[in-house]
Amino acid sequence: MTLAAISMHDFLDAFRFIGSNWNLLLDKAAQQLELAGAALGLAIVLVLPLGLVLGHLRRGSTLAIAASIAGRALPVLVLIAALLTVFGIGFVNNMIALAVLASGPILTNSYEGVARVEPRVVDAARASGMTGAGVLRQIELPLAIPLLATGVRIAAVTVVATAPIAAIAGGGGLGDIIVNQAGYGFDGVLGASLCAMALSLIAYGLLSALERAVTPVGLRRLAELEKGNRRQEAVSVTAIT
Amino acid sequence: MIVAAGAPAGPIVPNFGSGNRCVVENHTFCWSWVNAHWGDTLQPALSQHVELSAIAIGIGFVIAFTTGLLTYRRRWMSRPLEGFSALLYTIPSLALFQILVPFTGITTTTVEVALVAYTLVMLFPNIVAGLNSVPADALDVARAMGFTRRQTLLSVELPLALPTIVAGLRVAVVSTVSLATIAAFLLPKGLGYPIFLALKEPSPFRTEIYAAGALTVALALVADLLLVALRRFLVPWARRGAV
Repeated sequence: MTLAAISMHDFLDAFRFIGSNWNLLLDKAAQQLELAGAALGLAIVLVLPLGLVLGHLRRGSTLAIAASIAGRALPVLVLIAALLTVFGIGFVNNMIALAVLASGPILTNSYEGVARVEPRVVDAARASGMTGAGVLRQIELPLAIPLLATGVRIAAVTVVATAPIAAIAGGGGLGDIIVNQAGYGFDGVLGASLCAMALSLIAYGLLSALERAVTPVGLRRLAELEKGNRRQEAVSVTAIT
Repeated sequence: MIVAAGAPAGPIVPNFGSGNRCVVENHTFCWSWVNAHWGDTLQPALSQHVELSAIAIGIGFVIAFTTGLLTYRRRWMSRPLEGFSALLYTIPSLALFQILVPFTGITTTTVEVALVAYTLVMLFPNIVAGLNSVPADALDVARAMGFTRRQTLLSVELPLALPTIVAGLRVAVVSTVSLATIAAFLLPKGLGYPIFLALKEPSPFRTEIYAAGALTVALALVADLLLVALRRFLVPWARRGAV
């Protein structure tokens, strides 16, 4: 039998599994989204204000850089396993592990978004008598939205894509099926993998659309203009765009 | 598949339960276990991890570099390729390994194909951006001096693009070392495998999790430092402290 025939056969079986276990898969997908949403929410509540304030004070750039590097260097399996020894198996452990993962891009981009606001604009706002909090809320925050939205989108996609691994520590989700070949067979494993892939791609598409929608029209035009002039601009690791 | 049946024997399952008191009672960290199992568990896992990551980055870099050079002068090609690699990166690693199994089986090839795919998203955009960041003046000067296209590429464009290319390489190396732990879900290989085994114990074996986890992070940091040193050697004119 040729290789192509073998792989086609596997995928047909996987689609058959998806067809006959639709409710199970939807259940697991919902579980996965719930975990991802909780983790993302936790990260946004804890880290986003920190990034905004640090960016406003133009302080702690080392922290913002370190966060973006640590976010990539810390393997999620290590994180989940290490947190499991502290919090035990279940939702909390996985939520915290994924929230740590989401914190990297959110912190970096909220910091960069505010810190990169044109100093002259900030000076003008101050000169017109705005307080520090006013500057942050009315000037820096709106101008930071594009980078902020990108950071949240990257964090959200990362969390949704990583959540299946949480199954190894009782996190549920589609990963439950993927890591349990003994229980579901390879057709189940492959079917759930395809569903996890589809879920991530859908999340990516929706969040990218959302990112565009929340970016003010004027800033969007500005960003497009900048993209055209980017020839001379070096790309750094820290700026997550 | 969780643990490959019929695959070569992986690291030995920790002697959890029949070791000394520290191990039996699963204390926070048992140096005795690390000493006893460095040779049969941790060290082999570390070398496998280095091998998995190095091969993926090597192949990924060759592919990204070639396509980067090919698309550098054709901008309309680089945008869709960037989008495609970003899309690849969105696919959960755990799922991608399994989706590749029907094609390449439960083999190291499967792991490498997935890891290579993930490196592309970090390498390709930076190679293109690095080449595109070469100032037009520098190119004009090169042309005025009678450089051929090949000479311009080798002695003007590539050296000026190097800092950005190395920046992409750093991200790719760190991410690949981190992602390679997921290979353990498919094969008994790499530093993820001892962690995977420790998690399978009725009460997860802490020493093994911490030791293998620390080794993974240390490996990523050492690889990153080596690349920083490489950049300093290759691009001595680049600003110090630039990330």
